[in-house]
Amino acid sequence: MSGTDTNLHEFNRQAVWAGFKQLVPISVFVIAFGAAFGVAATQSGLDDPLIVLMSTLVFAGASQFAALELWGPQVPIVTLIITVFAINARHLLMGATLYPWLRHLSPARRYGVMLVASDANWAMSMQAFSRGQPGVGLLLGGGLALWSFWVIGTGLGIYFGGAVQDPKRLGLDMVMGCFLLAMVVGGDKNLRMLFIWIIAAGASLLAWRYLPDNSHVVVGALAGGVVGAFWLEQNDEH
Amino acid sequence: MSIETAGLGTLIIVLAMSAVTLATRWGGVFVVAFVPISYRVKQFINAMSGSVLVALLAPMALEGDNGARLALLTTATTMLLLKKPLPAIAAGILAAALFRQF
Repeated sequence: MSGTDTNLHEFNRQAVWAGFKQLVPISVFVIAFGAAFGVAATQSGLDDPLIVLMSTLVFAGASQFAALELWGPQVPIVTLIITVFAINARHLLMGATLYPWLRHLSPARRYGVMLVASDANWAMSMQAFSRGQPGVGLLLGGGLALWSFWVIGTGLGIYFGGAVQDPKRLGLDMVMGCFLLAMVVGGDKNLRMLFIWIIAAGASLLAWRYLPDNSHVVVGALAGGVVGAFWLEQNDEH
Repeated sequence: MSIETAGLGTLIIVLAMSAVTLATRWGGVFVVAFVPISYRVKQFINAMSGSVLVALLAPMALEGDNGARLALLTTATTMLLLKKPLPAIAAGILAAALFRQF
C-alpha cells in the first residue's frame, strides 16, 4: 500500500486543532442527536448523572438508544452486551482500515487515538490518507469535537426533556425508533441489503413471539449477519 | 441474567457498555496486527450492524400504536427523499405528535 511508509501518521497539536475545527460543522448536528438521546433517556427513567456518564464513556449513539429499548426495572445484561457489541462492531472495521497508518505510532498513541474513533472522523481521516495527506490529527481532533458536542447535547436534552409533561403526546417516545430507523435507511441500499433487512426483521419477529424475552435482537442481528456472509457483495459488479 | 436498575446496578450496566464499546474501538487495530480480516468477515460485520437495528425496530412497528407506525413511516420516507437524518427524525416525531392530538 502506497503512502504507509511516509509520515502521514505524524500529528501535533496544530493538526489536532485543525481536525477539531474541520468537524465542528458536523458536530452541530451531533448536539441535536445528543439532545434527542438525553430526552429519550430521561423518559426511560435513567438518572441524570448516569445519562451523562453513558454519553461520556460509551460515545456511540445508536447503541445507547438501543440500550434504552432494553431498559426497565431489570435489564437483561447479556442481551444488552451482545446488542451493544453488534451495533458497534463496525468500529472493528474502522480500526482495521486505519491500521496501516496507526501501526507507526506508539501503542499508547495508537490506542489513545482510537478512543474517539467514530463514523464521521474515521471517514474524513481515511479520505485524507487516501489523498496522501496526514489524517491522524483529523481522527483525534475531529473525534474530540464529536465527543464533546455529543456530551453537551446530552446535557441539553436532559435539561429540556425533564420539563416535558406528557412526552408521548408530543411524539417524544418515538425519538429512539425514528433515530434508529434513520440510521438504517441512511445506510447502503441495494437488493442485497434489502434482503438482509427482511431476514433480520422476520427472524426478530419470530424470536420475539416464540423465544425468551429480548432474544429477538440477537437472533435478528445474527440472521442478517449470516445472510451477509453468504451473499457477498460484489466489489466490481459493473 | 438480569441486573436491577437500582443503586449500583445502573452504574455496572453503563460500565459494561463502555467496556464492550471500547473493545470494538481497540479490537480491530489489535487483531489486524496478527491476522488480516477476511472479506467474508467484513461482510458479516457490516450486515450484522445494520440488522441489529432492524431487529430492534421490527417489534416496535408491529406492536406500536398507529401514531408510532406513522412516525416510522414518515421518518423512512423523509430519509429516502432528503437523505438527511435530522429532518427525517424530526418529521417522524412531528407525525406522531400530530396524530395523537386527535
